[in-house]
Amino acid sequence: MAKGVWIVAEQRDGAFRKISFELASTARKLADELGEEVGAVLLGSGVEGIAGELGKYGVDKVFVADDAALEPYTTDAHAAAVAKIVKENDPSILLFGASAQGKDLSARVAGKLATGLATDCTEVKIDGGKLVAVRPMYAGKCYGEVVFSAFPQMASLRPNVFPAVENAKAGAVTKFDAGLDASQLKTKVVEVQKDASGKIDLTEAMVIVSGGRGMGGAEGYACLEELANVLGATVGASRAAVDSGWRPQADQVGQTGKVVSPNLYVACGISGAIQHLAGMSSSKFIVAVNKDEEAPIFAKADYGIVDDLFKVIPELAKECKKLVG
Amino acid sequence: MNIVACVKQVPDTEAQIKVKPDGSGIDESGIKWVMNPYDEYGVEEALKLKEKLGGDVTIVCAGPARAMETIRTALAMGADKGIHIDDPALEGADAYATATALAAAIKGIPYDVIFCGQRAIDDDSGQVGAILAELLGLPQLTVVTKEETDGKTVKVVRPVEGAAFVIESSLPAVVTAQKGLNEPRYASLPGIMKAKKKPVDVKNLAALGVSVESKSKVAKMVPPPARPPGKIIAGDDPAVKAAELAKLLREEAKVI
Ligand SMILES: Cc1cc2nc3c(=O)[nH]c(=O)nc-3n(C[C@H](O)[C@H](O)[C@H](O)COP(=O)(O)OP(=O)(O)OC[C@H]3O[C@@H](n4cnc5c(N)ncnc54)[C@H](O)[C@@H]3O)c2cc1C
Ligand SMILES: Cc1cc2nc3c(=O)[nH]c(=O)nc-3n(C[C@H](O)[C@H](O)[C@H](O)COP(=O)(O)OP(=O)(O)OC[C@H]3O[C@@H](n4cnc5c(N)ncnc54)[C@H](O)[C@@H]3O)c2cc1C
Repeated sequence: MAKGVWIVAEQRDGAFRKISFELASTARKLADELGEEVGAVLLGSGVEGIAGELGKYGVDKVFVADDAALEPYTTDAHAAAVAKIVKENDPSILLFGASAQGKDLSARVAGKLATGLATDCTEVKIDGGKLVAVRPMYAGKCYGEVVFSAFPQMASLRPNVFPAVENAKAGAVTKFDAGLDASQLKTKVVEVQKDASGKIDLTEAMVIVSGGRGMGGAEGYACLEELANVLGATVGASRAAVDSGWRPQADQVGQTGKVVSPNLYVACGISGAIQHLAGMSSSKFIVAVNKDEEAPIFAKADYGIVDDLFKVIPELAKECKKLVG
Repeated sequence: MNIVACVKQVPDTEAQIKVKPDGSGIDESGIKWVMNPYDEYGVEEALKLKEKLGGDVTIVCAGPARAMETIRTALAMGADKGIHIDDPALEGADAYATATALAAAIKGIPYDVIFCGQRAIDDDSGQVGAILAELLGLPQLTVVTKEETDGKTVKVVRPVEGAAFVIESSLPAVVTAQKGLNEPRYASLPGIMKAKKKPVDVKNLAALGVSVESKSKVAKMVPPPARPPGKIIAGDDPAVKAAELAKLLREEAKVI
């Protein structure tokens, strides 16, 4: 019988990404309900030293494969390693982050293990001893409750939605051999181009300040950048702004851009087209600043200001600075 | 080059999605069906590759009878032929079952590269490309914004949080398209006329010699959680309103 709630942790450059702790905490909750253990898979090169940190967030056992071929991440190598250790241990639930890496990896592992995967979930629960994974479908216009007819029951969790809660467990580290055969690895990372700006990616940002066609041009974003600086936020954009060449593609939020769930999303000069809402309606708090009181964005906003954003945003930055210090 | 592009027919992004009262699915009445936007990038990339290296482009699509329209759209853009997998057993199929059907169709034809969209905007699951690659024993290059190939190897750019990976792979491979990869062309009028005569093989699962089994299913669909009504901060002075907003964000919402 498949048993245990497992996660596939994510690290980059030898440090855990926050989603790993969100996964661990969520797995702990599910495992407590089932009366089972939490296992974690950690892959990389020179990562054994950090493995124990997962114990802090409720992991009982960490299975570590430390192999030069696992760094940098390739689908080939990581999927083979995850499939191997999972087959050997037969967990009943396997969770990934719905990050760029987690989405790529989880789908391949689902293929290898011939099992079901619910992507980008916003809630997971146990019903009758089995996993029920809740996920937005049709760009968040409805939610589906996914159930499984194969093991492990796999789900990827949307970053920033599940709390990371400290809950110390053993975090006992076991090493395993990823069993990689170099001749089977068909892809190679030839370059990693790092974003030098050091800004937090939209999908991981706790606060996002986003601008649309109402920004009037690339220069218009200066006031948003200033507000973002004060709030430690990342700047996003609507498709209209991206397609006008004011902002890079990586900044686009929406159905054909990024799906984000920050604590705070400030939409400036964005009308709130259905495709834009698709990307940000799971934000915890939404603020809209728009001069058109009929703009559909106000229907989603927790707080709204009907006014010229160029008058409001600089003042908002000033006021926030006073409060945040 | 033998180029394959998988396309899915999905509701138009503007569509109002209503869940059936019993939660068994969505109410399809009044929905306008279109090609999945990410698949447009895949088809465009396939056509560009054909223009550069020669060869032909085969469109593969699983879906009910209406999906033929989406295949014709791809043919009108310039693809050469199509395979339409139409089988009632695929209704409610999950990504694994769908990929199994696509793999069976693709196994029967020559291929050097297979394009998919990075995800379908209805189910939003983004798995079919990877599972298809696994079932065909091919490498996968997912969520790609740049692609270059000489016909033997392929080099792509794959953005991740705060970085971009430049990845090289042998062919054949599955490449899944992200916005930014290219600007999809529109079907021209002559293209639309020509598309009517291009061959499309309609096959059911028996004809493909495969049966499919879903590993997961959507047990119930529900409308999104309702958001409590918001507060419009009234007043004439932008500075006063901004100050009020800052205070609410700090004291009520506690998000700054
Ligand atoms: C297949 C498809 C996919 C799409 N995907 C996406 C997507 O991923 N993301 C996305 O965002 N869109 C997407 N769109 C586009 C979407 O339909 C809208 O066109 C787009 O979101 C509009 O952007 P906007 O709100 O910035 O511009 P507009 O709709 O033009 O709105 C501009 C707003 O700014 C306000 N404004 C103007 N000046 C000021 C000022 N000085 N002060 C305050 N307010 C001001 C106006 O009142 C208006 O409400 C997609 C469309 C399609 C067909
Ligand atoms: C309620 C319901 C009813 C359904 N009815 C039918 C039906 O009548 N007939 C049917 O065939 N399927 C049907 N399906 C299956 C479904 O539409 C999808 O094909 C399947 O769930 C996988 O798609 P995805 O959205 O997960 O794909 P993703 O993994 O998000 O798609 C990624 C990419 O894979 C490719 N791809 C995905 N699906 C297809 C496809 N069907 N054909 C070609 N390429 C594809 C595309 O390139 C796409 O961009 C139904 C599903 C549900 C939930």
